[in-house]
Amino acid sequence: MAELTYRDAVIRGIAQEMARDPDVVFLGEDVAKAGGVFKATVGLFEQFGPLRVRDTPISEQAIMGAAMGAAMTGLRPIAEIMFSDFFAVCFDYIANEFPKSRYMSNGQVKCPLVVRTGNGAGSRFGAQHSQSVENWCMMIPGLKVVAPSSPVDVIGLLAASVRDPDPVIFLEHKSLYATKGEVPDGEIVDKLGTAKIVKPGKDATICALALMVPRALEAAEKLKAEHGIDAEVVDVRSLVPLDTQTILGSVARTHRLFTVEENPRLCGWGAEIVSIVADEAFYDLDGPPVRITTPHIPLPAADILEDAVLPTPQRIAETVRRSLGS
Amino acid sequence: MATAKDRAAPPAALNDDIGEQKRLELYRTQVTIREAEQRAYDLFLQNLVKGTSHLSLGQEAVAAGFAGAMTKGDLSFCTYRGHAHTLARGVSVEKVLGELMQRDNGLMRGKGGSMHLTSVDHGVMGSYAIIGAHLPIACGAAWRAQYKGAKDVSVCFFGDGTTNIGAFHEALNFAAVWKLPVVFVCENNLYMEYTPIGDVTAVPQPAADRASAYGLERIVIDGNDADVVYRTAQAAFAKARAGKGPSLIECLTYRHSGHSRADPAKYRPEGELDRWKLRDPIKIYRERLLQFGVKEKTIADIDAQVRKVVDDATEACKAAPNPPLDIITTDVYADGGWAWRN
Repeated sequence: MAELTYRDAVIRGIAQEMARDPDVVFLGEDVAKAGGVFKATVGLFEQFGPLRVRDTPISEQAIMGAAMGAAMTGLRPIAEIMFSDFFAVCFDYIANEFPKSRYMSNGQVKCPLVVRTGNGAGSRFGAQHSQSVENWCMMIPGLKVVAPSSPVDVIGLLAASVRDPDPVIFLEHKSLYATKGEVPDGEIVDKLGTAKIVKPGKDATICALALMVPRALEAAEKLKAEHGIDAEVVDVRSLVPLDTQTILGSVARTHRLFTVEENPRLCGWGAEIVSIVADEAFYDLDGPPVRITTPHIPLPAADILEDAVLPTPQRIAETVRRSLGS
Repeated sequence: MATAKDRAAPPAALNDDIGEQKRLELYRTQVTIREAEQRAYDLFLQNLVKGTSHLSLGQEAVAAGFAGAMTKGDLSFCTYRGHAHTLARGVSVEKVLGELMQRDNGLMRGKGGSMHLTSVDHGVMGSYAIIGAHLPIACGAAWRAQYKGAKDVSVCFFGDGTTNIGAFHEALNFAAVWKLPVVFVCENNLYMEYTPIGDVTAVPQPAADRASAYGLERIVIDGNDADVVYRTAQAAFAKARAGKGPSLIECLTYRHSGHSRADPAKYRPEGELDRWKLRDPIKIYRERLLQFGVKEKTIADIDAQVRKVVDDATEACKAAPNPPLDIITTDVYADGGWAWRN
């Protein structure tokens, strides 16, 4: 057991899989010699060499296409798109190519690749380097979409993503890179499509993802300490496949549902979860499901403005408290 | 020892570097494409080919020449105008027509359609309907060959219109920097959809005039002469296999039909089609075979055999059932199904 940062967990996760399987290769902008703009790939070039860890030009379409061509013909590529906002310049691969090639070819073409990317706000970078774009990916049939919140989950879910036979979008949260957590020694492999109850509780279910998980946990502590409300926090971890059973099971115990989303309001993943719970567990609910989101705006850059729009522990706790009428 | 007279003699006809067997194969491939594409058009008029279709009538020599130079294991990446390249790699006419007619006997059982013909067993790694998308993908397949030390070449076909999209330029630079064994083949048929390519491109030769930007040789060839195409392909493949990097080849050709089935091609100046039909690749090649001493009967036999293959395929497709509804949800994910939740 060792304490590791989320950033170092990314390095360890990639290294674990590259050491295991010589078909795992890694490409992206500044990822090799420079070790990544977030320093989340430091040492990989030195450890695995220039044939397996490759710097690319600023050509997101080339990165994505090359990963796909390699995956189709037998490699297990990991591609890095530096900021998830840049998905917009290579979205053809995300929307049209990776997820549809198997289906359109009636199962002939395979596409086992991972796209890692820095997602989310908190760095004061403004509207084009701060977005949470998981919903852009979740809506496309054929993709898998993963967003870990802790170092141990980074390693385990990254390993599961690399070993998965489908294209996986792996969203690392930029504001979590410096956070720390306990990580066991040895190989770590988790399972996609599994949510995790990170704090059990009986009064309300709070579903959160990535940076919103530690914020939901802090909110749960406040609710307990200040209002005696015992909230359960579910780290959704994987949007596709979505572990609806864990969420439905939690709501069956707590009878209230809250979702905490960093993404702008419309068509957020929380809406999908609320819809599923409304369809399938309506009579388990003692009150309306509530979505806590960033407003439907582009993100502002200034710290004071950005802090005002992202869900905070205070806002989460206050929303839950008010909704429960305590 | 060769005499001066020997050296001055023309190539030994059919027994030159291409040879009789390969020439008959190149001819058969071109005729197969011509007959199958013409049949696809006829079946469309009978409302039996559904959706859209983009024919390669007039462009047969490019597909035949490149496929003729490929060996097993080489990979083809095509556009939505991909019937010709798929047939040229040996995929059956029935499988192709079946997909165009959206029957259960189609290459992908109707799940892909005309624009996405794919046959991994034949090295046809897909037909891509988003302009430019497959150039980077071909780079990736070539990267795998380079990484694995494999000798296969990835061959990527596209039209003149593709040279103005970003992915073209990203892929060319990427392939050149990484010295990938990939061959980019531009079929310049003079029109990007309905607009003359010259009206929307800054340079006269849309592909070749961009080659120098990526440190590549400027190559423009007669895309209607299968011998020229074949020899050019061989040279590019040898370069790729030797680890000397990518090539960009611009093949001058002309499509005899419109852009897609919806297009009567009325934008063409009068007489242009007639002039190009004088340089019809199949006409050129038939004359070449005769000139080299191939008997009329040998050529007629190939024509008849191909016609029968296409006729039989047509009947098989007409008799084939529609795809069953249970394939709607198969192969979304690698487990064979479509489950996105538990």
